[in-house]
Amino acid sequence: MPVVTRVFDGRRWVIGGADAAAQGFGLRPGLPLAQAQAMRPGLAVIDADPAGDAAGLRDVAAWCQGYAPLTAADPPDGIRFDCTGADHLHGGEAAMLADIRNRLARGGFTARAAVADTPGAAWALARHGNRPITVVPPGGTAAALAPLPVAALRLPVETVAGLDRLGFARVEQLAAAPRGPLVRRFGAGLMRQLDAALGAVFEPLEPVPPPTLIRQRLTFVEPLATAEAFAAVIDRLCRAVCDALARRGEGARRLDLVFERVDGTMQVLAVGTARPVRDPAHLARLLAERIETIDPGLGVEAMTLWVPLAETTSADQGDALAGAGSAVDPAPLIDRLVARFGAAHVYRMASVESDVPERSVARVPALSPPTPARSWPQQRPRPLRLLTPPQPVDAIALLPDQPPAAFTWRRVRHRVRRADGPERIFGEWWRRDGEMRAVRDYWAVEDEAGDRFWLYRSGDGVEPETGNLAWFVHGIF
Amino acid sequence: MIEQNEQLINLRQKLSGLERRGSEKTHAPVLPFGLDAIDSHLPGGGLRLGGLHEIADAGHGQEHATAAGLMIAGILARLDGPVLWAAEHADLFAPALAQVGLPPDRVLHVNALRAVPLVMEEGLRHGGFAGIVGELRRLDAVAARRLQLAAESAGVAAFALRRSRKPRDTALAAPIAAVTRWRVARLPSGPPVPEAPRVRGLAPALWRLDLIRCRGAEPASWTVEACDATGRLRLAAVMADRPMAAAPMQDRGERRRAG
Repeated sequence: MPVVTRVFDGRRWVIGGADAAAQGFGLRPGLPLAQAQAMRPGLAVIDADPAGDAAGLRDVAAWCQGYAPLTAADPPDGIRFDCTGADHLHGGEAAMLADIRNRLARGGFTARAAVADTPGAAWALARHGNRPITVVPPGGTAAALAPLPVAALRLPVETVAGLDRLGFARVEQLAAAPRGPLVRRFGAGLMRQLDAALGAVFEPLEPVPPPTLIRQRLTFVEPLATAEAFAAVIDRLCRAVCDALARRGEGARRLDLVFERVDGTMQVLAVGTARPVRDPAHLARLLAERIETIDPGLGVEAMTLWVPLAETTSADQGDALAGAGSAVDPAPLIDRLVARFGAAHVYRMASVESDVPERSVARVPALSPPTPARSWPQQRPRPLRLLTPPQPVDAIALLPDQPPAAFTWRRVRHRVRRADGPERIFGEWWRRDGEMRAVRDYWAVEDEAGDRFWLYRSGDGVEPETGNLAWFVHGIF
Repeated sequence: MIEQNEQLINLRQKLSGLERRGSEKTHAPVLPFGLDAIDSHLPGGGLRLGGLHEIADAGHGQEHATAAGLMIAGILARLDGPVLWAAEHADLFAPALAQVGLPPDRVLHVNALRAVPLVMEEGLRHGGFAGIVGELRRLDAVAARRLQLAAESAGVAAFALRRSRKPRDTALAAPIAAVTRWRVARLPSGPPVPEAPRVRGLAPALWRLDLIRCRGAEPASWTVEACDATGRLRLAAVMADRPMAAAPMQDRGERRRAG
């Protein structure tokens, strides 16, 4: 379905933007909305969001700093940047533009791109050239602009209409005409735009502020290869990064340390923290403990410390472990443990709203907020060890609600002396279709030696579709 | 002769200097069990907080070590502050901790495979924990000594919860430098309502608690009821009116020698 956005132009609703499908039906920006809906009933219309568009454009402009340092948003729909000296890093101008287009396409943007000697010429060719990617060789600006329509010179609509009435259709006609009469008729703006496009007037760029990533890089005269040397560099980098973080009142949540080796390859050490940190000693220790995972090869000639994720530090630390009455902040220890064993292996347990035992507990990050005090079953017996998955046992019991008299698990026979149950747990049909009617009857049983097991029978012992009456041991008390 | 005497005096001073740490131990903070029979037997009147304690199930219970685990959880439930619980693999079921009074919110779990002693030591040195638990099979003498020293200087109770898939594993019998070593054996429990033995159900589990080694106390054993919802043990009814340490310690493969 074609989609358009609508804006109010003071008198009526008009189309602000149209997607490719809508443009295929001849719906163009500026067309009155009533007319558009008459042309294409069932058109999807959404309100335009100019502020959001502008913010999005700035974000894309900031993203383009990956290609060149000076980038600027060019509202309503353009990005400009100065790629002087930057294109060779991306395999040449054409390759760079193709790369930008592809990446933007992956983000859902349809883009046209051009490189030229002047911003004006690049603007014109990106919008009015006949190819999605145009590269104008140095000095070829005038020739490249010549066949374009005069609208390519970023002129007001009235000026374009006026030029059209006078018979000026293309830029080359305008460039060849005497300037005096044209300036008298249309003002100095017309010629200024022409000169800007041809490079006779310098046009400054208003770059977007660089994105808020903190980065510190150190290069070495002699390549480094020893752990001690790396540790010393890490100390320096961490101090510099923490100074930068302190100026912003932020702390690092993630750190990437990039080792640039002499042979041109890179090695990356990534660590995370449970809470924003700007203590250089702590960050340096986190990184230094992982140095042995780096293969320096023939040597490392530069190291860069990035802070890809930083957060505002706050005095309020509303996590459960800190709330448990400890004077020492556990976060530094948690960070080191996470760095060594992985985030999946350093955790707290939180209760989950579920009766099925294996689903009733979830691992949560060590410093997440406390779980509500409710929720842990107090009356029903629960084993200290849960077997995952439950292990089948051979058992014989009277139906429907008697505990087994004996059961055999791992070839050991246990005679049941005492039992508590049954505790009936129903399947959660909203999670899996197979649990629609499923039932488990749990028993806590004690054998002759005093060992206690948590057994269950699948099925309620009456209705066959509730389970196949097999017995399992699910936990050890 | 005089020179020799001076040497002797110096030596004695050195020795007493070395021993002073030992004498402080009796004044170190302890956590009483709340049971006179046990507390009066232990030096200081309870479980010493700054030290390593080894607790294991007896016999075939060593695979899951549930009695020992519950006993440790019950001890930690009566302390304030977060707990570091390091294990080789994760099979702890949090609701059971909550049922002996240790809210799972207080427990930081670490699955550390072979590095459990390392994690315990880091936790002790970092500080801020009320107790450190390590579930492990192997704990060599050096690692145990390090843990004991770290626990002593931190003033924090460290628990080595020994587990082994092998029944009667000799790795668990080797002596280590712990303040106390305990074995918890399960006993068949009585009827839930003693007056009506035919009523079905489970009474609190019954444990035989064997103190097999303790600095400054003889080995002893008690029969107790498992931890209640606040982590407290109770002397079993059959034991309550008898003098302490009356039950003979049955040898279940552990050494009785007080190492």
